[in-house]
Amino acid sequence: MKFIDEFRDPALATELVRRIRATAQQPRVLMEVCGGQTHSLLRHGIDVELQGIVELIHGPGCPVCVTDISAIDLAQQLASLPGVVLASFGDMLRVPASQGSLLTARTAGANVMMVYSPVDAVRHAQRHPEQQVVFFAVGFETTAPATALAVLQAHQLGLENFSLLVSHVRVQPAMEALMQAPDNRVQGFLAAGHVCSITGYDAYDDFAQRYRVPVVVTGFEPVDLLQGILECVTQLESGTAEVRNTYGRSVTRFGNPAAQRVVETVYEIDDRAWRGFGVISAGGYKLRDQYETFDAPRRFGLTRSTETNDSATAQRCRAGEVLSGRLKPCDCPEFGMACTPDSPLGAPMVSSEGACAAWFRYHRGSKL
Amino acid sequence: MCLGVPGKVVEWIDRDPVFGRALVEFGGIRRECHMACVPDAEIGNYVIVHAGIAITRVNEQEAERTLQDFAAIAEGLSEPDEFNSAGTI
Amino acid sequence: MNEPMLWNRNCPIPIAADAERISLAHGEGARLSRRLISEIILPRFAATANRRFADAAIVTTIGCRLAICTDSHTVSPMFFPGGDLGSLSVYGTVNDLAVTGAYPRWLTMSLIIEEGLPIAILERILDSAGHAARECKVTIVAGDTKVVPRGAADGLFINTSGVGEMMDPVPPGPQSILVGDKILVSGPIGRHGIAVMSARESFAFDPAPLSDSGSVIHAVASLRNSVGEHLRTIRDATRGGVSAVLHEWAMECGHTFALTESRIPVTDEVRGACELLGLDPLYVANEGTIIVAVASRFAEIAVTALRHVPGCEQAVIIGEVQSRGISPVTIRRTIGSAQPLDEPSGAPLPRIC
Ligand code: SF4
Repeated sequence: MKFIDEFRDPALATELVRRIRATAQQPRVLMEVCGGQTHSLLRHGIDVELQGIVELIHGPGCPVCVTDISAIDLAQQLASLPGVVLASFGDMLRVPASQGSLLTARTAGANVMMVYSPVDAVRHAQRHPEQQVVFFAVGFETTAPATALAVLQAHQLGLENFSLLVSHVRVQPAMEALMQAPDNRVQGFLAAGHVCSITGYDAYDDFAQRYRVPVVVTGFEPVDLLQGILECVTQLESGTAEVRNTYGRSVTRFGNPAAQRVVETVYEIDDRAWRGFGVISAGGYKLRDQYETFDAPRRFGLTRSTETNDSATAQRCRAGEVLSGRLKPCDCPEFGMACTPDSPLGAPMVSSEGACAAWFRYHRGSKL
Repeated sequence: MCLGVPGKVVEWIDRDPVFGRALVEFGGIRRECHMACVPDAEIGNYVIVHAGIAITRVNEQEAERTLQDFAAIAEGLSEPDEFNSAGTI
Repeated sequence: MNEPMLWNRNCPIPIAADAERISLAHGEGARLSRRLISEIILPRFAATANRRFADAAIVTTIGCRLAICTDSHTVSPMFFPGGDLGSLSVYGTVNDLAVTGAYPRWLTMSLIIEEGLPIAILERILDSAGHAARECKVTIVAGDTKVVPRGAADGLFINTSGVGEMMDPVPPGPQSILVGDKILVSGPIGRHGIAVMSARESFAFDPAPLSDSGSVIHAVASLRNSVGEHLRTIRDATRGGVSAVLHEWAMECGHTFALTESRIPVTDEVRGACELLGLDPLYVANEGTIIVAVASRFAEIAVTALRHVPGCEQAVIIGEVQSRGISPVTIRRTIGSAQPLDEPSGAPLPRIC
């Protein structure tokens, strides 16, 4: 497939690994922000290849993993209301919350539907006027245009049986939170390529300067990732801390204005609770007032409870430390014991992009 | 998140600013994708699709440039095929 | 299809509106029950079944070893591109027999029908099962039907049991796999799982990816005839895909299976769908594609033999057996080093989010 296969070229990848080895004078700690990058790094064994040279901390970029338990609980409540169909992405359905996952809820009779796209959920609502379709809108800036577009379409169609449970998160505020943590170890960031396709990377200049940390916009194929790592390592060796774009085929400095317009029409920035992080200021989106009729909790008269976070499982799960790079998944006492992809204790074990699941999948026993 | 896959625009179905859709080809299959965020994509262009929405156009010159930067690197490097060299008849 | 009168003509039970659907009465052993069997089921297996859908069948005594297996089949949706529940229920059991080294001879078929299933659907499914049975030259010798109340089953479940004659040489099984052996597949992988998932979740791919659902009798026979005693074991890579089978084998033999991604055949449709959904074809189900472990020196002969079988033109060596290393199954992808390939956990969910 064009624009994929070229960037999985073994010869290029091998050469880039060689260059990274030649450049790095000392071990470096980088964070790949996006879960898609984590998945690809582990799938292609890049982390093993760079062992001892570059430590890759798997960042918070799996939106399924950072979705707060209270939001999932709310989704389950919605799904068990008569006449309601709750739709969301495949991975979201497996995330455990206080009362099990949405998939377990489905087994118990709740109406839960997996969709590939939020606009498919709109179409479903259009075809089934007898159902109330609620889309559980999770994801980063990359996904917000899709859910915002779903709202715009439902609005134009005058659909009264479509609404959203919005739990979108924004990446940069989370990166700020990481850098401000007293025990931060991250020396450089591989910024999330597809987030930047939407937002651009102009806003990172100030971030890189303030924290004196290189930020390299990076794609998802092995060659992309290695290029981003090489750029980061090169900067660290020369003592610079700049923003660079190594994913030029899909990212420009100012991003995609059409997509930004769609998002800004529907959403405004809001504070948001992140699982494992707590409330991050400006860390998410919410529906603007003129679209509040599409707000599912409002439509069904529900409110988020705030007390579910200290449930027993949530206490045992060390997701917060893992996602902020302070704990390796394999050092969590539950890892591979009580917590496996078959019965995940915490969210990072659920999504295959989740830091713990990825680690389990690709090198369960070995401690890197 | 952010699983974005490059696909080729093969046919516009609807150019409405909100409901715009095109047929996009990924390997051997095609799927309708929503195009509101890439209204000026032309047939033959590649777009990155995420959750059914094209989120950006692929800048092909930029991709070429990246690959050409590496073309020199790749020269002379090739992958040995472990099975054909490993004693099969 | 909407011709309730057809039924009302002779039927003593007034079932007017429900006529073209299965009702509980169809399962109550009375006249309606008999008619279900004699008019709907048996004609479909005319060339293959005994005259009755017998409770028990008496089959020829033969002086050889027999293989017996049973498998229950359910698939949602019942019809998917490239197959349906009917043919699947025949191929599934036939393939289980074939990979064991048996020549499938007889099947029994048990239908668990949810009340309300349109009879037209049942007919299509049975037509397809009959067709598959004729193709595989197996006789459906006994059967049973049960009708369960609405909600107690998902439309239709089919259990088939099969009996086959063991053919020599019989592959000894996974514990006989040796370091150095080669691993082959008979065709592109992941087709069934992607076909069913695309149909079920209405992903609206065009063209709809086709399932590989089919019989592996000929593929197995060609292996037996070409490299018979050098075969270690054969499996059809159903649920959990190639990865699940290799993990099972690795447990039995204690070695490591080392795959090379670039050698694994995948159709353009499956490739595109897997990229789009974030899936790995190695974890996706097959229903007519086999994995073979064979002694290294005979691997190429086995490949050549397989490629003469219709549907197996893309048979290829995808890996080899090594002494146990980092992981039971490894794979070389872009970069040189081998990566552990984990066991599948649960059904693959699209990794869209
Ligand atoms: S291994 Fe499980 S319990 Fe431990 S941090 Fe990861 S998800 Fe939480």
